[in-house]
Amino acid sequence: MAESVATGPKGMFLEVWQGRLKASVKVAGEGPPLVYVHAAAGLRWDDFLGGLARHFTVYAPELPGTGDSDPHDIYQVESLWDVVLIMGDVLDALGLSGVPLVGHSFGGMLAAEMAAHWPERFSKLVLISPIGLWREDRPVTNWMAVPLQDMPRLMFRDLSSPAVQRLLAMPQDQEQLVMAQAKFVWALGCSGKFVWPIPDKGLKKRLHRVRAPTLLVWGRDDAVVPVEYAQDFASYIRGAKVEVVDGAGHVPQLEKLDQVLPRVLQFLQG
Amino acid sequence: MQVSMFHLMPYRDLPKDFEQRYHSVWVDPPWWELADADKVGQYYNWTLDELVYAARSGLDGICTNEHHQNAYGFMPNPNLMGSALAKATNGLDVAVVQMGSTLPTTNPPIRVAEEYAMLDCISGGRLVAGMPLGSPMDVNYCYGVPPMEQRERYREAHDLIVKAWTAKEMFAWNGKYWQLPMVNPWPRPIQQPHPPIWVPGSGSITTWDFAADHDYCYCFLSYFGWQMAQGVVDGYWARVQEKGKDMNPYRLGFLQLVVVSETDARAEEEYAEHVEYFYHKCLHIAPEFAFPPGHHDWESLVHMVRRGGFGGLSMNLREMGYRDFVNQGCVIAGSPETVRDQLREMAKRLRVGNLMVLLHIGSMPHELTLKNIDLFAREVLPHIRDIWDDEGWENHWWPQRLRKPQPATR
Repeated sequence: MAESVATGPKGMFLEVWQGRLKASVKVAGEGPPLVYVHAAAGLRWDDFLGGLARHFTVYAPELPGTGDSDPHDIYQVESLWDVVLIMGDVLDALGLSGVPLVGHSFGGMLAAEMAAHWPERFSKLVLISPIGLWREDRPVTNWMAVPLQDMPRLMFRDLSSPAVQRLLAMPQDQEQLVMAQAKFVWALGCSGKFVWPIPDKGLKKRLHRVRAPTLLVWGRDDAVVPVEYAQDFASYIRGAKVEVVDGAGHVPQLEKLDQVLPRVLQFLQG
Repeated sequence: MQVSMFHLMPYRDLPKDFEQRYHSVWVDPPWWELADADKVGQYYNWTLDELVYAARSGLDGICTNEHHQNAYGFMPNPNLMGSALAKATNGLDVAVVQMGSTLPTTNPPIRVAEEYAMLDCISGGRLVAGMPLGSPMDVNYCYGVPPMEQRERYREAHDLIVKAWTAKEMFAWNGKYWQLPMVNPWPRPIQQPHPPIWVPGSGSITTWDFAADHDYCYCFLSYFGWQMAQGVVDGYWARVQEKGKDMNPYRLGFLQLVVVSETDARAEEEYAEHVEYFYHKCLHIAPEFAFPPGHHDWESLVHMVRRGGFGGLSMNLREMGYRDFVNQGCVIAGSPETVRDQLREMAKRLRVGNLMVLLHIGSMPHELTLKNIDLFAREVLPHIRDIWDDEGWENHWWPQRLRKPQPATR
């Protein structure tokens, strides 16, 4: 059984991008450093991150404009190229190099871009259902065009998992609920700035540069990025391993936390 | 008051169960199942004829606008229509109101400067230059602009267009979204320094500020009547006053659906099905297309969520019928007396100087549209024109040559 999260992360702000941004970074855990890049809807400190934090010090930067950063910071970021370099600024400010990098969905694409741009910088790469490629025969679902109430069914094959239920729990306090909902939508808008209308910004031309040992984790029933994309990613990244998770959708690390967390830890610590 | 006829150019013959069978009237309605190109050719021609008829009947202006991939109103380039209208109305004191080319998706935006200048030249200086932000359906879904960039692109396009019209020297444009090495458009507009600019909006504070700061006419295009609009319009006027601007009613444009017949009962008989067609079918827009994340800025988003979320409308259009739409003021309908009384009250309450009336609605056939225009022009218009005369304002947002008697141009 998954254990519940022991403690929440600490927040810190780093002045980067010539002082135009105060980047928000969440930190938790003990052990060697690890960098986590969140998905399109913003950072949520979920049970998967809680699990990683029992073995690593997890640094999770927030995309400018999302989470605890200033919502207007998104206007300082003009392109995907800017996003990659801002992440570089953040890692520089944290003094992180030679560290493992984990990313989910939008964050998987971003992690792949970072690992392709700085092949020496990351010791391991874990991409969980990353976006970033495009197949005519199996197009990626436009998650921004899905009514909010349909979002859980799109994201999760298995809604029953306790980790998923904890993620979907909404604040009881009315004002907190308003802000949580607004931040959720705003985060989709911020990340959408770099992938709308088609989440293919040329990553396939750059993926061959990734040199970190790579693990790809995919839910077999992913309704956002179909599982066929796992082989496409693997074909571009030398030696990449693919882990397909039965009974899981787009968020296998929560839907099947008990399988995915040990597998990821084994890969990172192996 | 200046009164212009607005036309959307909808598909007039959607199936009876359209809103049950199809997901949305906008973005994804299947052309091959629903539409017929021969009929559409007829609709475009009727639309032009109806607007020219309005011009000849004495309306002050005729309006077209830009939308894509829908059965609600599909003039993908309103300037093609505007061009035909400009030529056909030469010699008449009527403004060609383009409401208009969507700024963030016209590439490069000097295309708007050029096409509007052409229309101003063809019409002899009768152009009103509408500068819309564009709907999320058109800009984000049909034309692929990231929602988060739409407003920034709008501002840059606006600045570029105005500079392209007014700069005396050729210049280079080094923008965030557009770079042009040598900007020197031919032609430039007849109207100097540039044609009057109208900014359509849907109630966001940023657009009120933009219009007020630039001294443009802010146009609230609402289908939900003047009672529902009162809050938005009051907010706009409060903003205008805060900025120390005058309360010239011509700073505000407003769109109103209007149907006129001999009596109130006759109006219901003739127009009910077309009004219901409009609200049930033409406004059958999938909510996810209307509210993509990033389209509203942060402040508006928080405001919306706090007020109870997305979807915007508190009314369920499908459950409403003609009488509901009339009672709510969505449509001003009835005999000439009824219509003119309500329009006068509406104009006074909202402080509207530039009124736009939608005289073709939904599935309305051509002959009935001509009747509506005719009755409106003869029996209503003369009774509402003088509304602001006692206050003595000048309509700075109207083509100069149409403000005072001028020799006709050809």
